[in-house]
Amino acid sequence: MAQEIQNAIQNAIQNPIIRVRDITVQFGATRVLDGLNLDVKRGEILGFVGPSGAGKSVLTRTIIGLVPKVAGSIEVFGVDLDASNTAQRRNVERRWGVLFQQGALFSSLTVRQNIQFPMREYLRVSQRLMDEITIAKLTMVGLKPEVAERFPSELSGGMIKRVALARALSLDPDLVFLDEPTSGLDPIGAGDFDELVRTLQRTLGLTVFMVTHDLDSLYTACDRIAVLGNGKIIAAGSIADMQASQHPWLRQYFHGKRARAVMG
Amino acid sequence: MSGDPKLERIAKGNALALCATGTWTASFAPVLERMVADAEKLAGGPQNVFIDVSEVAKLDTFGAWLIERLRRSLTKGAVEAQIAGLSANYSSLVDEVRRVSATPVVDTTTITITGMLEQIGRTVAGVAGTVAGLIDMLGAVLAAAARTLIHPRSFRLTSTVHHLEQVCWRAVPIVVLITFLIGCIIAQQGIFHFRRFGADIFVVDMLGVLVLREIGVLLVAIMVAGRSGSAYTAELGSMKMREEIDALRTMGFDPIEVLVLPRMLALVLALPILAFLGAMAALYGGGLVAWLYGGVDPEAFLLRLRDAISIDHFIVGIVKAPVMAAVIGIVACVEGLAVQGSAESLGQHTTASVVKGIFFVIVMDGVFAIFFASIGM
Repeated sequence: MAQEIQNAIQNAIQNPIIRVRDITVQFGATRVLDGLNLDVKRGEILGFVGPSGAGKSVLTRTIIGLVPKVAGSIEVFGVDLDASNTAQRRNVERRWGVLFQQGALFSSLTVRQNIQFPMREYLRVSQRLMDEITIAKLTMVGLKPEVAERFPSELSGGMIKRVALARALSLDPDLVFLDEPTSGLDPIGAGDFDELVRTLQRTLGLTVFMVTHDLDSLYTACDRIAVLGNGKIIAAGSIADMQASQHPWLRQYFHGKRARAVMG
Repeated sequence: MSGDPKLERIAKGNALALCATGTWTASFAPVLERMVADAEKLAGGPQNVFIDVSEVAKLDTFGAWLIERLRRSLTKGAVEAQIAGLSANYSSLVDEVRRVSATPVVDTTTITITGMLEQIGRTVAGVAGTVAGLIDMLGAVLAAAARTLIHPRSFRLTSTVHHLEQVCWRAVPIVVLITFLIGCIIAQQGIFHFRRFGADIFVVDMLGVLVLREIGVLLVAIMVAGRSGSAYTAELGSMKMREEIDALRTMGFDPIEVLVLPRMLALVLALPILAFLGAMAALYGGGLVAWLYGGVDPEAFLLRLRDAISIDHFIVGIVKAPVMAAVIGIVACVEGLAVQGSAESLGQHTTASVVKGIFFVIVMDGVFAIFFASIGM
């Protein structure tokens, strides 16, 4: 029995939660991703960087199935998304949460209804439990319970990001995709958000796939960093690996004025 | 490794001890909630309470909250219920859940008779507001037009031409097609019924007067309200939602001058053109049916038409067109600028734009009918 559990754990550690192989994505004649490979390990926070227009959001959207790919395979939770049937695919979708760049909250629903939306669809729980869990989620993302009855148009930018994160977390996913979570937040708010992602990763055992431009986030929140360039991953590793890299873009990125300021 | 969740009472001296096992996650939430509700009934008496969670295989926010809920309801007396055997993995989750305040927010909106009466009152009062808003916009547009006359360089020609293409040129095929068909139908119905009295030829009188005075312009105005009025509202509304109109204002531009005036001008120019084309298409359709179905050959049709109508009929029709265009444009722009932050609001205002636009077009048509009757045209 103990051996079995040991094996299961070993297995879980060895099998990446996302396995992307030879992905090619093309818009007309422009090849955005060109034979890209990427592994995301269970329980890590992966920071994903690259120049503007390199295709970071495209990769994220390809993994979650919003952008069609020309070639390659994507496995999430060990399920090949191309070979899966609807039931398997729904099961995978139920286990991941997505935070879109603009929040993408449903503007005609209140915060409470936004967070409960996935619960209503996937779970059969009482209204009381849903209300209580909504408050728990809001507390987790650092908002007061009173926010629950507001509409998205009555929230500030930082609050929208937090509510969107609460909605992404509403089914207790194993994996969350964050697309530039700290863009548009003030440095203190962004710092809090990084801290929040760290805390949630610890408490809920999340795996986090984070597209970001924020150097602070890379230093404080991420376990590992992957760099996208020319449609491929040009480097992946710890922050120290990135700093040691001789790649011109990486040198500029991690040794530029702003990077030095962050490193103090 | 995982299994159905269970919550059992175990013997532990005087104390109340509960042992949780299995998977405590969202998928089992209904079962978990029932078990917790049953266990809550055990509360009472100043005894020590332990909730042993060492056998729980998997825990998420739902499970952690339900354990916390149980802990809170079992903490009745002076003695606080204890959670025992918590593994290190889950302790931070349980701590996190413990910070959650217990009072859930309740939805207080209930439907009452006074509430319904209030709603009706507000709607009625809103009618006055609507009219005031339209007059306000009319004034703002005229003021902007006057400013543009004084400073012709601030006139946005490119924008006006663009909107003219959208609302006039691109509308021609559909407007011509529909008015042609309506002309055909009027002629066919006229011939069918007039034939009984042997008055076939009078279908030409009916067609000419009806199309030139009323149907041509009214039908085209209704189509334009549906086609271009809704487009204006949706465009301005989504610009409002994304703060583009605020951005214009902060740069020192007047949104009325930049956005509304070119649209209004395009519509006021487009509607007479479309109404004319529509009337011609309807007459052509009517003539075609009169020839093929009624046996009135084109020459006789034209001869009869020349006798039946005068230039007055044409003027009565075409004069209404720019006024109706202005009404449609003002309603559409007022509704567009009234859009609030949500997608739902955009939909409501677009609907309102079309409905109010058509309503005011018909009201204007009635006012014109009274006016022309009294001056004998």
